[in-house]
Amino acid sequence: MNTNSSQNTNWLFEITPKNKFFTLNLREVWQYRDLLFLFVKRDVITVYKQTVLGPLWYLIQPLFTSVTFTIIFNNVAGIDTGTVPPFLFNLAGITVWNYFTACLNGTSDTFKANAAIFGKVYFPRIITPLSVVVSNLIKFGIQFFIFVVFYLFYYINGAPLSLNSSVVFFPVLILLMGILGLGLGMLISSMVTKYRDFSYLIGFGIQLLMYLSAVMYPMALLQEKMPQYSWLIQYNPLAYVIETARYMLLNVGQISLLGLCYTFGVTFAVFFVGLLVFNKTEKSFIDTV
Amino acid sequence: MSKDIILKAENISKQYRLGQVGTGTLSHDINRWWHQIRGKEDPYLKIGDTNDRSTKGSSDYVWALQDINFEVERGEVLGIIGKNGAGKSTLLKILSKVTAPTTGSIKSRGRIASLLEVGTGFNGEMTGRENIFLNGAILGMTKKEIASKLDEIIEFSGCERYIDTPVKRYSSGMTVRLAFAVAAFLEPEILVIDEVLAVGDAEFQKKAIGKMQDISREGGRTVLFVSHNMVAVQNLCTRGILMENGSIKAEGKIGDIISGYLAVNKIVSTKLSAVNDRKGNQTLIFEEGKLICEANSEGFIESHKDLKISIHYKLNLIDEIRQYRIDIGINNFMGDRVAWLSSESIINDFELKENNQLDFTIRELPLAPGDYTCNLFCEINNEIADWLSQVMPFSVIEKDYYNTGKLIPKNQGDILLNYSMR
Repeated sequence: MNTNSSQNTNWLFEITPKNKFFTLNLREVWQYRDLLFLFVKRDVITVYKQTVLGPLWYLIQPLFTSVTFTIIFNNVAGIDTGTVPPFLFNLAGITVWNYFTACLNGTSDTFKANAAIFGKVYFPRIITPLSVVVSNLIKFGIQFFIFVVFYLFYYINGAPLSLNSSVVFFPVLILLMGILGLGLGMLISSMVTKYRDFSYLIGFGIQLLMYLSAVMYPMALLQEKMPQYSWLIQYNPLAYVIETARYMLLNVGQISLLGLCYTFGVTFAVFFVGLLVFNKTEKSFIDTV
Repeated sequence: MSKDIILKAENISKQYRLGQVGTGTLSHDINRWWHQIRGKEDPYLKIGDTNDRSTKGSSDYVWALQDINFEVERGEVLGIIGKNGAGKSTLLKILSKVTAPTTGSIKSRGRIASLLEVGTGFNGEMTGRENIFLNGAILGMTKKEIASKLDEIIEFSGCERYIDTPVKRYSSGMTVRLAFAVAAFLEPEILVIDEVLAVGDAEFQKKAIGKMQDISREGGRTVLFVSHNMVAVQNLCTRGILMENGSIKAEGKIGDIISGYLAVNKIVSTKLSAVNDRKGNQTLIFEEGKLICEANSEGFIESHKDLKISIHYKLNLIDEIRQYRIDIGINNFMGDRVAWLSSESIINDFELKENNQLDFTIRELPLAPGDYTCNLFCEINNEIADWLSQVMPFSVIEKDYYNTGKLIPKNQGDILLNYSMR
């Protein structure tokens, strides 16, 4: 700050050792929006390539899982789904659940999987997990479409089905699921850069979590049969999302406003913590990955 | 009128902590430790070679960069040169925001685009056209910008015919051409380039260097350029920075910097006794190797000058020596054998004695400019005594071998023949 101090004032940007405590440069993310779309396009295109069935794989997985669940949980174990056909009940849960796991799985190895690109060029790193969430939304759309097809099929065949009027909020619910998956994924991806253990944890953790998220049974059933363990799902924000989704689509189960508020709270807390940790990691993860 | 500084680096340092570069797996830690006690580099320290090996005692810290200060004016083409591990790539990584510095800051008045690798993010399943868009977007261009330059990019790459074919069907040369073409049409204020010209065939290299010249001269853009190709650096850059062991050793006009670099790069002597990777029963041990370019006061190794390879050895044998053979193999930078000198192929009166020295003299060294290494081999009484591979690295520098004022192009072989034409 000597003679040419006037010159030192108008720098466009500065590269420094540490980020400020919280920086999400939204303007920068917006500048790179084309990259986001191209990543999404890449993800969608490369999934189809060199498979015989192509996008059909998106449908096969939820359908077969639903059939299996219907046989095991409804026919063998005898879980009662009320007036709703058990297959449709399971398909609804699985479709919504799949979106969450796809987001979480996809984002949780952001740093590890993209180390080659991240090590060579700078762009806002958050573009990558965002693109995962968006491309999975497309996948979810296809899976939801097949749900609608079966819904209509059962409806025409006289099953007593009805939508709840709150179904208009269904997109909000899906968005919530995506944000939760993204937040959790960013958190885990940051930790995976140092401790690979987390990537193994995710593998079976997701499976265990599914049983605690009311995917194949109504929330009320667990509260009724095992009241001493019902806190397990009461503290699980995912259970509320899935239960609410079924309430909206199939008009079964219960809607808990308190539970939904809790879910909102947890989702945004997880998202911001995830963002914070992600921001901190992106600066120098390349040294440790 | 004061200088128009577009980029300013202040006290940039980058430290790596060896002990903590943890991937968290026990086997990795053990492996790292094993490398450390053998005095080798940390196998998991991917970037930032151990520059200043000030690992005195128990110090776990390595400075890949130390107190880097420099300024770049608008429109300047700055060459950054130095040996492998001098910290050039780490500096570029910091400049391109791939990793953060440990201390210091870089201030910039322009958008920085970096080209540390060609074809970052290329996806084999996608077509050439799709990859142009993807790669361009990764490098910071918008879809609109790319679309407006698409025809030029395709034309520059020379891949029109294959543009709608998946890139995995491309030859490696074509991939590189396409990737460089995308990068060449980037339009940031500051462009950071690492060694990317060292790809493709001679024709494409020429085209690429020409394009870089256009960018800097006509486009008025600021370029930071790292390369080991001194001809390219000389042609492109106006000013240079010479780096050594993580700090700036010299800064100034590119011509001075290049000759300074070549002086740094001259190999005087290599300690061979510290090399662990050796074969044989060690009845003879190669201790030190020297390369002496005779009739050359500056100490560079030049073509067409006599080169003496001088080897010190220690003999531990008690038996009588019935037979021996000592060879020196010269390899090019790819590791391919270029030439072989052997005590057996020529008549000599050398006698193997305890602690002695032997000299091989190559008259009028016919090697093309480039990097070479030596293999040393010794056999005594039909048993291998000592065998070292790829030691004593040396560079032969570019000189006017044929006295025509023209330099020999790269990739035209390792041997310079003395020939005539009529």
